[in-house]
This record gives sequence, C-alpha cells and structure tokens, in this order.
Amino acid sequence: MTGSRLRLSAGHVFVSGYVVLLVAFGIVPTVYALNLAFTDARGVFTGFDNFVRTAQDFRFLAAVEHVATYLVLWLVTLTVLVLLLALLVHRLTAGWSRAALRFVYYVPGALAGASSVLLWLFMLDPSVSPVDDLVRALWGETFVQVISPGHLPWIFTLIAFWTGAGGWIVVMYGALNTIPHQIMEAARVDGAGPVKIALRVQLPMLRKWIVYMLILSLAAGTQLFVEPQLVSQASFGVVGNDYSINQLAYLYAFNQNDFNGSAAIAVDLLIVALCCAGLFVARGGLFDTD
Amino acid sequence: MRRRTHLAVTAAAALLAVAACAPPNAPTQAKPTGSAGSQYGFAPAEQKAGKLLVWVDSTRLDAAKAYQKAHPDVQLDIVTYDGNANGSNTLKTKVQLFDRAGEGWPDVVFTTDNNTASWASQGDNAFVAPLNKGLLDDATLSGFAKGALDVCTVDGTVYCLRNDLAQVVLWYNKKLFDKFGYTLPTTWEEYQALGEKVAAEHPGYIIGTAGDAWAPEIYMWGGECPANQVTGPKAITVKATDPKCVRAAKMMDKLVANKTMSMLSLFGPEFAKSQGDKVLMLPGPAWYGGAVFQGTLKTPKGELAVGDALRWSDQSTPVTGNVGGGTWWLSRHSARLDAAKDFIGWVATADAYQVELSPGYPAYAPAATKWIKKQQDSGYYAGDLAGPISAAAGQVWSGWGSPEFSQEAVWAKTVIPGQTAGKTVESLLPEWQTAIEQQAQVFGYQVTK
Repeated sequence: MTGSRLRLSAGHVFVSGYVVLLVAFGIVPTVYALNLAFTDARGVFTGFDNFVRTAQDFRFLAAVEHVATYLVLWLVTLTVLVLLLALLVHRLTAGWSRAALRFVYYVPGALAGASSVLLWLFMLDPSVSPVDDLVRALWGETFVQVISPGHLPWIFTLIAFWTGAGGWIVVMYGALNTIPHQIMEAARVDGAGPVKIALRVQLPMLRKWIVYMLILSLAAGTQLFVEPQLVSQASFGVVGNDYSINQLAYLYAFNQNDFNGSAAIAVDLLIVALCCAGLFVARGGLFDTD
Repeated sequence: MRRRTHLAVTAAAALLAVAACAPPNAPTQAKPTGSAGSQYGFAPAEQKAGKLLVWVDSTRLDAAKAYQKAHPDVQLDIVTYDGNANGSNTLKTKVQLFDRAGEGWPDVVFTTDNNTASWASQGDNAFVAPLNKGLLDDATLSGFAKGALDVCTVDGTVYCLRNDLAQVVLWYNKKLFDKFGYTLPTTWEEYQALGEKVAAEHPGYIIGTAGDAWAPEIYMWGGECPANQVTGPKAITVKATDPKCVRAAKMMDKLVANKTMSMLSLFGPEFAKSQGDKVLMLPGPAWYGGAVFQGTLKTPKGELAVGDALRWSDQSTPVTGNVGGGTWWLSRHSARLDAAKDFIGWVATADAYQVELSPGYPAYAPAATKWIKKQQDSGYYAGDLAGPISAAAGQVWSGWGSPEFSQEAVWAKTVIPGQTAGKTVESLLPEWQTAIEQQAQVFGYQVTK
C-alpha cells in the first residue's frame, strides 16, 4: 500500500509540470478563445455570429482550400518518402553508411522555422539561387513566376519536408529496429522478399508511429503561417498575407481589431484538427494496448 | 486525500479559466479620448515628465538623431521599426495590443504608408491626435504644399504632418535620349508612341515598370482612374472599369507586350542586374532620383534628368499620382504632449533635417525650395530638376483616397499574378474592381460602384 502510494506520488510529480504548462498554455487560452468566439467586443454572448461572419468572409474559403491542398500534399509525400527512406537506410548493411545517412537526414531539421524559409526564398529566386537552372526549368524565369498561386502548395511542402522529414526518418529507423529479429527472420524463411517484408511485416508494425507522425504533422500543417507570411513580405504582397487560415485569424485580430472573429477562426481550426487527430487515433490504434 | 488533491487541482484550473474569461475589452483603464472641454480637440492624458518615446523607420533615424543633436536637453527614447513598409501593419498591430494593455503607445511615430489616418483617427479609443484643433498653430500647418496634408485629413481634421512628397515625374536618361535622337514626351499618348518606337529601334531598353505594387499609383492615379475615391470615413466609390482606367490599362498592356515596360520588381535583385543600364525613361515619384537611380541602379553622374509629369491629351494640365511619402503622427495618449508637439513640428519643417539630411522632397514648402536647390547644386542631375518636381508637387490628383486598407496590396495580390500568368491589365480590371470592393467591405466601408 505504501509502495503503491509512493509510486503514485512520484507519477504525479513527473506529470505535474506538464499539467501546469498544459493548463496555462493549452486549456486556459482555449477557454479564453472559446469565450471570445461566442461573445462580441463588449463581452455579450452572440451565439454563432462570429463563426457565421468569418465563414462568410471572402478570404475564408480560399484560405481553407489553400491549407487543405497543402496538407494533402504534405502528409502524403511525408508518409511515403519518410517510410521509403527509413526502410532503405534500415536495409543498408554497412554501419558507417547508416550512421552517415541518419546524420545527413537530421541536419536540415536544425535549420527550422523562419530561418529555413529565408534560406528557401534565396533558393527559389532564380536571380540568386545556386540551383537557378532547376528552378527556371520547374517553375519559371522570375521570382514572381516561381511563387505563382499554383506552385505554392508544392513549395510549402518542399520547405516543410526539408526541415521536418529528416527527424521523422530517424524516428522511423529507430522504430524499425524495435521489430524483433525473429519475425523478420521467419518472414525471410517463408520466402518473403524485401518489398513483401516491408509491406506485410514492417509497415503494419510501424502503424502507431506513422499515426503519431501524421497527428503531429497535421497539427503543424494546419498552423501554416510563417512560410506564406515571409513569402508575402518577400514578394511585396504578390502572395497575399491572407493565404492561410492562421494568417486570416491574425489579420482579424491585428488588422481589423476583431479579436472575436479571430477567436472564431481559431476555434474552427481547433475543431478540425481535433476531429482529424481523433480519426487518425481511432483508425491507427495509437492508444491500443498490445 | 487523493480526491481532495484532484478537487484542488480542478478548482485551480477552473479559477484560472474563469479569470481568463473576463470580457476582452473590459474598461480596465480610462479612455483618454473624447473632445468635450478640451483645448486640443481631445482629452489629453495626465502630463508627466519622462522620456519622449519616438518610433521611426531606419531611414528616418537621422531625423530623430538630428532633433536630439539640436535639443540635447530633451530626453528621447528612439525605437526603430519597419515604418509600416509594404503594408506590414506593424503600427496597427502594436497599437491594438497597447489599447488592450492600456499602456505602451509611442508619443510620436513615423509611418511610410498613407492609411494610418483612416484607422487611427476613428473609434472611441483613437490613437492619433488632431493637430489643427489647437495643438499646432495655423502658420505651421499652412506652410505645407497644396494637398500635402490630404493623407492626414479625415473630415476636415488634420492628424499628421507630412514628411516628404512623392509626386510622380518623368525620369529619363538624357545621355541615351541624345544618343537615340528622341524627344521627351509630354503626354501619355506620346509616351506610348515612343515606347513602340523604342521596341522597334532599340529592343531591350525600357521606359517604365509595372511589376511593383505601386504601378496603380503611377499609371491609374495619374490617369484619374476613379478606383479609389474615399467619400467619407467609411464610404468609398470604386469604378475600376471606368474608361479612364481602361485607357491606362491598355497603354500598360501595349508596353508590357513589346517589353519596353518591365515586369520585374524595381527593388528586386534581377532588375538592377539585367535592366539597370537599360532604363531610358521611368515615370516615378520624386524619391526615385536618389533611392532608385543613385542608389540601386548606380546611374552615373550627369546622365539622369527629369521631365514634367505626363498628362493625357484631354487633360489641360498634368495630373500625377503619389507613391508613398512619409508622415509624422502624435499619440493622443501621450503624457508629454508639449515635447511631442515640438518634436514633430521640428522634424517636419526644420532645415537641419529637411534640407540637410532628408532623402525625399520635403512636404514643407519653404524647406522644399532649399532642398531642391541643394540637389541641383550637387551636380548629379543633368538639366533642371527644380522646375518639373516643384510643379508636380501641386499636381497630385485629389480623387484618389487613402482608405483603411492598402490599395498597393490589393493590386499586388490581384493584378500582378494575373499579368504573370499572361493576362492583360485590361482584362483584369473587373477582378481588380471586385477585389477592392471585397477588401473595402471587410473593413466596413459602404461601397458605391
């Protein structure tokens, strides 16, 4: 009894820091946003008015479409390429090449956030890019042609993949190492080749890790802000500063002085992200116990 | 015991949540606005001693430093920020946070956009102070060039002092003109005809740019295109498909098609690299001389000249647009109004800054005369500089307003990508019309078509 109470207390201590931060920076802001979203500037309850008003804004559906397109591209390419590269690294027999590749994959992640976008702004401007021939061949002769609306979801996917995928490859590689050697050996004895082993053994056993990656990447992807904001600044406004949903929420708060509308958009995002994450958790069995 | 701990944690979380749910705009501080019984047209904050907080962009840092040098006894806290360049809305963002916090506003601020008056002078908790209701004397205010304070004025109340003007003139390379044997155009029709001639005789040379967000301010504003007529604090008339807009659009399309009008951004790295030495002519604001030709393009001394602003043949006198031009604002929350008043009066009018240091054409007329003479005496320019620039200062069309949103941003987002995709400006005018209408409606404007 004393031992179990002690373990319980130690457990409480371990999670208490997380709980305090969760309440302070997660729960309280969410409750505050919910309060703002259902009231007007004077604090009077207005029902769903803010949600209806912001959804009718001419920029809202466009921003939703932009983010949705980007998310589909980003999540599909991320999953396919990360798994492919992790499996390839895992198959390499020479230890030094595995270590070197894992390091190479991880390095771009060190250049995260705004600095990564700034680097990409140079990469994408044909007049200064070190790979200008490739940029010209793919997207156009001038920076404005390169960042035309149709190219942006691909460009943002490229930036996100560059900065985020390396870390996930390393994580997936680690997860692949946890698959018992006997299972792999049994599959080989049964005549399965590398492709069959990957599809029938390794990927099903990585399912929880994949779902985990998708949930975190979805959460980051719906928050798209820095990339379009910096591209907008660099292009002197050719890419609008209302490209993503987060940017629109920012404009509502700080350009239109409408914090209630901004909160309504934030709550919209929260609901969508929670629903998608719930779906991934349910379908991926993230919390299933073995 | 465990149950009680859980209860305590839950109660604490609930308390925090309830605390966070206070009405967002709860009146936690007195609003220093309202005009009843005030000598300045607003109720000033309680006046205190202390440092004067001044926000400037990096270019206008010289103005604040010059003031400090001339007034060593005044305590200044100078903060540099982006000056709201390219529609960044930095000032608006910060002011809205300061409004919620009830503190933090700068006493004096410089902006490079023309939209500040439309938002900062409105509402119960307006930010900028009226200047012509007792704060500044008429002698100071009447010294500014005709129309210079239009961007500062809402419903007859002046809220800022204009730092510099940005009237459009015709910059040209005299050396190339003499070499090619061309005559300087005086109308937009002659300008277009010369463009067609240049395309045929000297391909590669350019006579204008349309790749930047200020193209509408040069060509549409100068052509009296009624796409942006602000008729009241929350009312705008938008007629972007008016024949006057169509003819300017057609001219741009023709010159873009024959490549004498560049689609590259004037301040992008590629323009200077590939077309910097191919500029034959460039309609543009007065500040192009120093910032673009001397600074970015490094045009050699003695080649650059300036001609009168262009007019359409049915206009009796030239009508020009206005591309930028900075403004000084004074906060009505300031607890150091006398010092703030002295600061903006000095930086906007004193020779020590406006004539000696300012890179732009001063809006304050007496300083402008001396500034232009100084530029002329520098020997950089070929021919007369004072005549065309001074004349254009009074020719800015007053029919183009300064609403709460940025017309430059609307053009950049709507027209430039369309042009890049191969569409003509003429075909994009209906889209431009819709984009302006939608943007105006977002800010609560009553739109008349």
